[in-house]
Amino acid sequence: MSSNFHPFVLPFTIGTLALFSVLILKYNKWISKFDRQQKKLIRRNLFTGKLIPAVWEMINEGLFHKKVSRYNRRLGYMHRSIALGWFLLISVGFVETVFHFQGRGHAPWIGVFFRFFVRDNQTLSAWIFAQIMDLLLLYILSGVTMAVFKSIFSKTVGMRKTTRLKLFDTSLRYSLWSIFPLRLLSESATAALADNGGFLTQSLGNLMGERFAGVVELPLWTLYSIALGLFLCLLPFSRFSHIFTELMLIYFRKMGLREREKPTGFTRFELSACSRCGICIDNCPLDSELNITDIQPVYLIRDIRNRMPHRNATENCLMCNRCESDCPVGIQISEIRRQERDKKKLDTHDNYGYIEDVQSFNAIGRVIYFGGCMSHLTPGITESMKKIFDTVGQKYWMMDEERTICCGRPLLQQGFFNQAAELRRKNTQLIMESRSKTLVTSCPICYQSFRKEYNLPIKVVHHTEYIVTMLRLGKLRLNRSELRLAYHDPCELGRGCGIYDEPREVLSALGQLLKLEQEYKNSLCCGYNLGNTVLELDQQLKVRDASLRNLTDSHPDVIATACPLCKKAFQHSTTQPIKDVAELVVENLR
Amino acid sequence: MKEREKPVHGDDNPKPREVKRRLKSTKRISRRKRLEFEEVELPLQVAIIGGGVAGMEAASVLTEHRCPVILFEARPELGVNVKNKYKIFPDFSDAGRLVETMTKAMDHPLITVNKDTEIVEIIREPDAYTLLDNKGVPHTVPAVLLASGYEPFDAKRKEELGFGIYEGVINSLQLEDMLREHKVLNSLGEDPRRIVFLQCVGSRDEKVGNHYCSKICCITAVKQAIEVKRQLPDTEVYVFYMDLRLWGQGYEELYREAQEQYSVRFVRGRISEAASTFDGRVQIKSEDTLLGQPLKMVTDLLVLMIGMEASPGTQKLGKTCGLEGPYGFVRSKSPHLEDNLSDKPGFFLAGTCKRPMHIAEAVNDGRAAALEIIKYLRK
Amino acid sequence: MADFGFSISKPQSIDTNDMDVGRLQALEAKVPSFKRCINCGACTATCSAGQFGGFNIRRIHNLYRWDQRKGLEKELQQCMLCGKCTLVCPRGVNLRYLIIRLRKALADNK
Repeated sequence: MSSNFHPFVLPFTIGTLALFSVLILKYNKWISKFDRQQKKLIRRNLFTGKLIPAVWEMINEGLFHKKVSRYNRRLGYMHRSIALGWFLLISVGFVETVFHFQGRGHAPWIGVFFRFFVRDNQTLSAWIFAQIMDLLLLYILSGVTMAVFKSIFSKTVGMRKTTRLKLFDTSLRYSLWSIFPLRLLSESATAALADNGGFLTQSLGNLMGERFAGVVELPLWTLYSIALGLFLCLLPFSRFSHIFTELMLIYFRKMGLREREKPTGFTRFELSACSRCGICIDNCPLDSELNITDIQPVYLIRDIRNRMPHRNATENCLMCNRCESDCPVGIQISEIRRQERDKKKLDTHDNYGYIEDVQSFNAIGRVIYFGGCMSHLTPGITESMKKIFDTVGQKYWMMDEERTICCGRPLLQQGFFNQAAELRRKNTQLIMESRSKTLVTSCPICYQSFRKEYNLPIKVVHHTEYIVTMLRLGKLRLNRSELRLAYHDPCELGRGCGIYDEPREVLSALGQLLKLEQEYKNSLCCGYNLGNTVLELDQQLKVRDASLRNLTDSHPDVIATACPLCKKAFQHSTTQPIKDVAELVVENLR
Repeated sequence: MKEREKPVHGDDNPKPREVKRRLKSTKRISRRKRLEFEEVELPLQVAIIGGGVAGMEAASVLTEHRCPVILFEARPELGVNVKNKYKIFPDFSDAGRLVETMTKAMDHPLITVNKDTEIVEIIREPDAYTLLDNKGVPHTVPAVLLASGYEPFDAKRKEELGFGIYEGVINSLQLEDMLREHKVLNSLGEDPRRIVFLQCVGSRDEKVGNHYCSKICCITAVKQAIEVKRQLPDTEVYVFYMDLRLWGQGYEELYREAQEQYSVRFVRGRISEAASTFDGRVQIKSEDTLLGQPLKMVTDLLVLMIGMEASPGTQKLGKTCGLEGPYGFVRSKSPHLEDNLSDKPGFFLAGTCKRPMHIAEAVNDGRAAALEIIKYLRK
Repeated sequence: MADFGFSISKPQSIDTNDMDVGRLQALEAKVPSFKRCINCGACTATCSAGQFGGFNIRRIHNLYRWDQRKGLEKELQQCMLCGKCTLVCPRGVNLRYLIIRLRKALADNK
């Protein structure tokens, strides 16, 4: 059969054309919805060196799935074998076609159905290609087998749970799974008739026998083409659009694009880049401790994408960011969730007239100390910080000694954007008028807010950073003892601001820091995170108990933390000493 | 609690009488004491875990019925929780004297008191219990009375109130000490101009996991307020409360007396936080809820009326015996007719290991438990 | 700031006969812990907004209990949602959520 065409190639060809036209249309629409700043970033960075690291990351993530593998090797293998295997199958198929036709013209679908159209080829090179293609097919099939197993027994790939899918996604998944076995069977049938198979297809073809192969060959190729066509057609409307969108997202991110307060075209890219791998489900304390199984990022993203109602999923989240820290695509899920929380008409203007008359203080040469609302309920922390300032001879102005103007982050997290901005304006005014150069805060929530949401032209440090600096300068000297310490990473300080090492450096200087099962970016939320308003107390306490178990497993003398809220959460439950890093420093001053 | 399938000494299926005979031979009373009490009717020994007022009263009653008792107290002294008080409501009698009277009764030939001895494990035998103490000594007895009591709430867990941080913030037990010494002073060593009491610290507080009312703090604050005023008539005294529960005989009268005779001011509102002032006093924030307005007040002393929690011993033994009730207290068989019984035959309960009680209640409960034990042993 | 009429000179009696209980029940269904409040006043005492003026969250939700909604919407906008009230509440009332739901309820049916 030397013809270059057979009607069965139509489904595939149409599918491919549909896929690329839809993708181009979609991407175009989303890019047009970027906001001014995002567009400016793209114009500035489009043709700069950013492309090279972006391509590097695309290869690593899009094909090799490095982040998934780092989280879970088996899951990584599954994704890699399908993505990389398929990519190689297409590439090698293309090379094979070009090699065979030696520059003579050929139809574009030939590469996909090569074995069917090129049958009378008994050269050594053709034999080698056939072996390579079979090897790649086997590689993919191993991944597909794992995927099938994962859908039945999620534990086979080392996941506690797997994503629950809706009908549309399920059918699409079946068409993806069927592509490769169908290819195997079609090629085997052809191999039986034309003797052009590799080690896998030829052996299977020989098993089929010529007579049987003659009957099933054409139907099998047709089915293969239909499966491909169907998959490609529906791909842009399904979760599998992540295959292409993730690559775009990586590039945009390299150009400096990030989520904004309100949703933009970039958000559409992020939503579409989620592959629903389900890692976020495994990481969610609401799932593991409270058995709340419909609010995890996969489901929220799915519902936003499908324009389904998602009020509950939007609101019921601790915003502890444990999901985001392991997301292989790096989707800024908490920012997206926050955008969805937009309180719209409830988010009013001019609410805080009563704070207008608060006066600043001339703090030239002093640091500003901002305890934060919560530290008024943990005087142990603020008193210790005052003592530390006195010890190092640093003059300070405690900005919220008498009363606190909240930093605004709790409002922001609940979608009150205007109200939060109003509080930020007042605090900024007080800070700027004081003419101080440094702001020290004890509350990680305020810290994150001052650092990321305020744009202050002065230095903002958390008190653990301040203490580390003083230790390094030799202004604070500590007695080291055999005190066994377990350190709890507060969400907002660790995952939120990347402050992991400073508190540990301080603690190691005064005692023996224990290794915990879950720490650093895997630290478990104390349950009191202000990101959630929906959970009732008993539910919060269950989340806290899990976190506390992780801390007490190593039998520490003292549990240390660096956040007033975490401290309160643990203090409420146990008589074991719970201390802030600052308190431990004061107790162990030399 | 461990269930021992095989008895301690060989023999696979000992008859109850056999066990009793063995128990008689292992009982830990001296030969001299045994000679003195030849006419002992109930030669079986009862172990009492906890030498508080409930445990001591039970021991006295048991010896009146000529039943030998072995008493274990984890601390070096008996009756410490009561002894830590100065005068007790409602009649301002002396707590020390009360404990002294009860302790004296423990000096009885049929009572063996083991102080500094903690029971770490309880093993259930057929018709008996073997208690292991912290020195590794086993004690096999036919009946056990758990009277392991309560522990005052650690106010450091309510950090917002500044206990352990500000010198002017004390708990109700520290005030008892001050009253005993007649030295109710502020952090500068002066007579306080104002004292503020705060009710419900560690009780009725879901945040620390204690939903229950400790029921003695209301009247204790009224009593202490009066004592303060007797010692320092010029000091202003405020009591901040959520609800005043003056349920006992004479309590309401004492409340009235505090208002009328001693001008103690009662404010309905919880104090949510305390801070220090520049002159070492304490500033509190509360609300006069009846007026609906927040208020601030500077005081020399903030007295936290700490509630009762199950003692660590109660919590541990409750857990190992499978009798764990709410909040770490132990659970009795039923609250009405079988309140001294547990669901294990021969294992009895008395006093504040079950729930908060005032002194007389705990004493009565110990007495009642003793009678239940005698009833059981005579069977 | 709204005037609740709690000055001595202006006593205000509540006529409970034309009260719509449904509104309160709807709120209680959303925030079940709201029913547990024993009016101890800890929330108001600790309130960050309350330190600056007369914001009294306990009074506001008590007025809502009696269906006295006049001026509450504006009053509630003063809340900074800092969460101290929720943290000190001895009855575990989820005040932050209550405030958000209350604001929503007031905005939805004026």
